[in-house]
Amino acid sequence: MKLIAIKIFRAGITIWLVVTIAFLILRLSGDPLESLVGDDASQQVVEYYRQKYGFDRPLYHQYLSYFANVLSGDLGVTLQEERNALEVVLEAIPRTLELGFLSLALSLIIGIPLGIVAALHRNKLIDRFTMSFAVLGFSVPNFFLGILLILLFSLWLRLLPSSGTGTFYHLIMPAITLGTSSAGSIARFARSSMLDVLNKSYMRTAAAKGVPRFRRFAWHALPNAAIPIVTIIGFRLGDLVAGSIVTETVFAWPGVGRLLVNAVQTRDLAVVQTILLMVGATMTLANLMVDIAYGWIDPRIRTSADADRK
Amino acid sequence: MAQEIAPPTPNQMDPGTPLAADAPQLGVAARIAKFPPLVLTSLTFIFLVLFVFVAAPLLAPYHYTTQDLLNRLKPPAFLGGPAQYIFGTDELGRDILSRLMYGIRFSMFVAILATIIGAVLGSFLGFVASHLRGWVEESIMTLVDVQASLPFMVIALAVLAFFSNSFILFIAVLGINGWENYARLTRGMVLQAMGHGYAVAVRSLGMTPLRLYARHILPNIASALIVQFTLNFPQTILLETSLSFLGLGIQPPLTSLGQMLGAGRAHLLLAWWIALFPGFTIVLITLSISIIGDWLRDRLDPTLR
Repeated sequence: MKLIAIKIFRAGITIWLVVTIAFLILRLSGDPLESLVGDDASQQVVEYYRQKYGFDRPLYHQYLSYFANVLSGDLGVTLQEERNALEVVLEAIPRTLELGFLSLALSLIIGIPLGIVAALHRNKLIDRFTMSFAVLGFSVPNFFLGILLILLFSLWLRLLPSSGTGTFYHLIMPAITLGTSSAGSIARFARSSMLDVLNKSYMRTAAAKGVPRFRRFAWHALPNAAIPIVTIIGFRLGDLVAGSIVTETVFAWPGVGRLLVNAVQTRDLAVVQTILLMVGATMTLANLMVDIAYGWIDPRIRTSADADRK
Repeated sequence: MAQEIAPPTPNQMDPGTPLAADAPQLGVAARIAKFPPLVLTSLTFIFLVLFVFVAAPLLAPYHYTTQDLLNRLKPPAFLGGPAQYIFGTDELGRDILSRLMYGIRFSMFVAILATIIGAVLGSFLGFVASHLRGWVEESIMTLVDVQASLPFMVIALAVLAFFSNSFILFIAVLGINGWENYARLTRGMVLQAMGHGYAVAVRSLGMTPLRLYARHILPNIASALIVQFTLNFPQTILLETSLSFLGLGIQPPLTSLGQMLGAGRAHLLLAWWIALFPGFTIVLITLSISIIGDWLRDRLDPTLR
């Protein structure tokens, strides 16, 4: 319980730091009034806005009110439509989740069996082959894989739509693009974690007392090998978020990633800021959940997890 | 070459490994010939890339901005294009081969510089954390946790959005990527090394901490840091190419592999060669370095596995 409390405390600090960093880069990036009013604005106009947005107050005061605004969900308005930035971002989230979940599922379905098969045939041809495939999988950058798929399936074979959304067919190539690198690293990870377990003494004991091969792998090895695989999913989340930025842009998929890229290109700071804070909070909570789930799956962690930090 | 006996190098990276001590002294060529073929291929490719990185202005048949408007979107010479453009031309009639060479030059320059910045910054903070302990260590490690838990690409995009994009800022942003790995690694290993006999002995002889770190501990942990470098380098290349691909990294008229790929996207149907050559180059570079890194990790640092 104490450990969970510490973890929650750390997560809180992380989120606080993200908000502070967002505030700092917002202020450091120049006088916010310069972009708001033109160069030729009179002193009066500048003063008016300075007071209206509270830029005349001391910095710590601005910081506190910024914090209060963030907590109440007021993250500014977008440049184009003067809409609440939070609203605009929230609209895009379901699309990103749809794509993210499908590609995560895809990478698990492909990655874990490949890793296990490779581990069971260690140093044989199958192992070499699957592992080369895995390394290739995460060496090919998202944007290039996406382009290759578009070239092959949309432009040459004319089987799948190259961009946009609407039908399930629109989802296929983005999901493959996003899932491939994850599948590669999950396969590698599943292999090494399976190998670790296979070398354990209880596996030798099981073999010695005559447990059949399949039962040995399925009942003795898999549950133990599954523990580290749970954490890799936590690590992959960050890569999925980063990957979705590129993938959504390549396939014009109307999710948060493409929104972010568009916002950066047009310097729509309210949207960028909202996404930064939201990703920060989501990732921190996700990591917290993975940590807690890890301790729940593997009771040993609960007692010894903090040892590695000492 | 084969007859030459290599000088008995005092394997500075890791004096503890039996590799150098036990193996009979072989000639350099004979040693290289014993590398796995895949590693050898990767090394050859990386040397080729480094050669292009250094010599691009001499090798490239044209400057990367030279336009030939009469020869726009021409296919590579081996597919029936004009003979003077081996890899074809882009939408402004610029030679793809030349742009590829300069793209390698810029991408490698940015990636090498940024990876060094991250390595130096991270290792330094790792040393600081392990030397000062207390709240300094706690704050540095909290920052490490924060950075490790956030997808850096989002932060990089935010920074590039808030401050207008400049070449120096871009390199600085890429440099910050990955420092946390070095910091964590260095801190852990320094703390471990301080408990070893040699560190205790040298310290009790009155050596100053700075000298102890630089002369005794750094050489001992260098191999792990080098492995980390090879793991980090492809990530930096991917971040650079991704950002440039999105049009938020290296700006035209400068070129980079990612920028070429991003620009070639618009002409995919008419001229796939604009995007595909830089794309495959990126894949081969990251793949080669991953292979070399894996191999180095197995050789230099068996404990890391």
